[in-house]
Amino acid sequence: MNAKYMNPYLAGFLLGLVLLATVFITGRGLGASGAIKSIVVATVDGVASKHAEGSHFYGAYVGPGKDNPLKSWLVFEVFGVLIGGFISGLASDRLKFVTEKGPRIQQKIRWLFAAIGGALFGIGAQFARGCTSGAALSGMAVLSTAGFITMIAIFGTGYAFAYFARKLWLAEKAGR
Amino acid sequence: MGPFVPELISDQLNLVVALVLGIAFGAVLEQAGFSSSRRLAGVFYGYDFTVLRVFFTATVTTMSGVLLLGYFGLLDTEAIFVNPTWLVPAIVGGIIMGIGFVLGGYCPGTSICAAAIGKIDAIFFIGGGILGVFAFGELFPLYANFYDSTSLGSIKVFDSLGMSQGLFAFLLIAMAVGAFAVTTLIEKRVDRISAPSLEFKSRKHVAAGIGIFALGLLFIVLPDRKTSLINKVSDPKYAASHPVTVMDADELAFRIVDREPNIRIIDLRSIDTTMSRSLPGAENITVRDLFGKDWVSIFSRRHVKKALIGKDEAQERTAFLLLRELGYENLAVLKGGFDAFDKTILSSAPFVPTGSRWDADVKVFREKAREDILKLIAENKNKGAKEPKKTKKVQGGC
Repeated sequence: MNAKYMNPYLAGFLLGLVLLATVFITGRGLGASGAIKSIVVATVDGVASKHAEGSHFYGAYVGPGKDNPLKSWLVFEVFGVLIGGFISGLASDRLKFVTEKGPRIQQKIRWLFAAIGGALFGIGAQFARGCTSGAALSGMAVLSTAGFITMIAIFGTGYAFAYFARKLWLAEKAGR
Repeated sequence: MGPFVPELISDQLNLVVALVLGIAFGAVLEQAGFSSSRRLAGVFYGYDFTVLRVFFTATVTTMSGVLLLGYFGLLDTEAIFVNPTWLVPAIVGGIIMGIGFVLGGYCPGTSICAAAIGKIDAIFFIGGGILGVFAFGELFPLYANFYDSTSLGSIKVFDSLGMSQGLFAFLLIAMAVGAFAVTTLIEKRVDRISAPSLEFKSRKHVAAGIGIFALGLLFIVLPDRKTSLINKVSDPKYAASHPVTVMDADELAFRIVDREPNIRIIDLRSIDTTMSRSLPGAENITVRDLFGKDWVSIFSRRHVKKALIGKDEAQERTAFLLLRELGYENLAVLKGGFDAFDKTILSSAPFVPTGSRWDADVKVFREKAREDILKLIAENKNKGAKEPKKTKKVQGGC
């Protein structure tokens, strides 16, 4: 039996306090996509270091005199997210291998679209210099213009595009 | 005063801090229900506004905390990382991510949290994310120019909108509270049986909404700490009732010539005017920068006299009173400002006798001091024009 989720306002308040503590202690915000980027950069560097050093994109993070890209703040933070998520799931009895999907689609379709969505996030987060956590949430909290623009673009597009993706999430007769 | 990186917390320790904060971040995300893609996607279809509630409550909480900590002088808001803006790439990136959100049902942070409790779709999402970044990296030359275009620096949203910080904070809070109320109504209409908001205790929620709205109103009237302190010490009444320690040009010259170690010259003039004539060993700090934590180590040394030099004595007096207001001691203003020093000591203007019996000695002293100090200035210049001190800034971003 799953425990219930926390009241969203309380959860938001706690999330805000975690982010505030992060800003207060370290002077920076939280993030997520940056760690995925570090993994990619480290992998490319490991497989083809010449190629990585010559690239405009990877080159900023690798090369002589630079730390291993995995030794970065966000990689450690995201490792913490994994641990924290696991502990919370354990405490609330939610640990289970399962695929979540809308009622109208096959599991494999869900996997395919999850991967496409992830890829789009991976690309978009590079242009926007961060994802929902690093650019939108952390950016808005310090009143950065970029944070608000990114947030509006993400959620505005989400609403505009939701109609076309309704089959992925809604039951046949759902909605209005 | 925060932040504690990089002075108090080293780069190594900072990684441990990152791990601990990450654990808290992950635990809160999971408890909020962000480990469920159906719940996350619900925000776009009106059956579950959890994302919006958590997201905006967190934003308002952190923003309010940053503003309050800054107001009470506990956080150096100049030192924290403000995500720089690349306008068009931010919009394009956001649009791409918005489509990704609806198709994938997660964002990167929530996917990691969901993968931690065994959501297989989240693992596919992360795999897709890795491929996406890789594809972006490999094709980078195609859009390298676009990637760096419309760079506006670390601008703040209230400046972009042309309003005060306090007013913006209030409007954001008002918008959040309004959105909470409206989305709760929508949610209950879309799904009468299992809408999450049916479980809310409405009286407590309304009370909390009013409370946060009141905090927003407070932000409008709460002035920015810097502006209010500078206004306070610039007030003629305040200045009249708070005398300052004055040092005349001869004394300063003597201390420079004497190579006295316990004096520090603080030059308040803007950096381009001082480049040509910077006194030996002077630190260049403008009045607004006096608040920052970069200079605490200089100002808090009590046995060192801090001689304030400005374009005129009024500027020096403002800085003097401000620094004392901030709790620093052993300060002095230069009588008549830099111009007076320039006239009496540095330039070869003829000596103006004052009729004192020491006139002859003073004249000799000033001539020697001029020679010596000009030499020191020249030496300083040969060492290369003094770079404005760049402290290691906090790094951030995704």
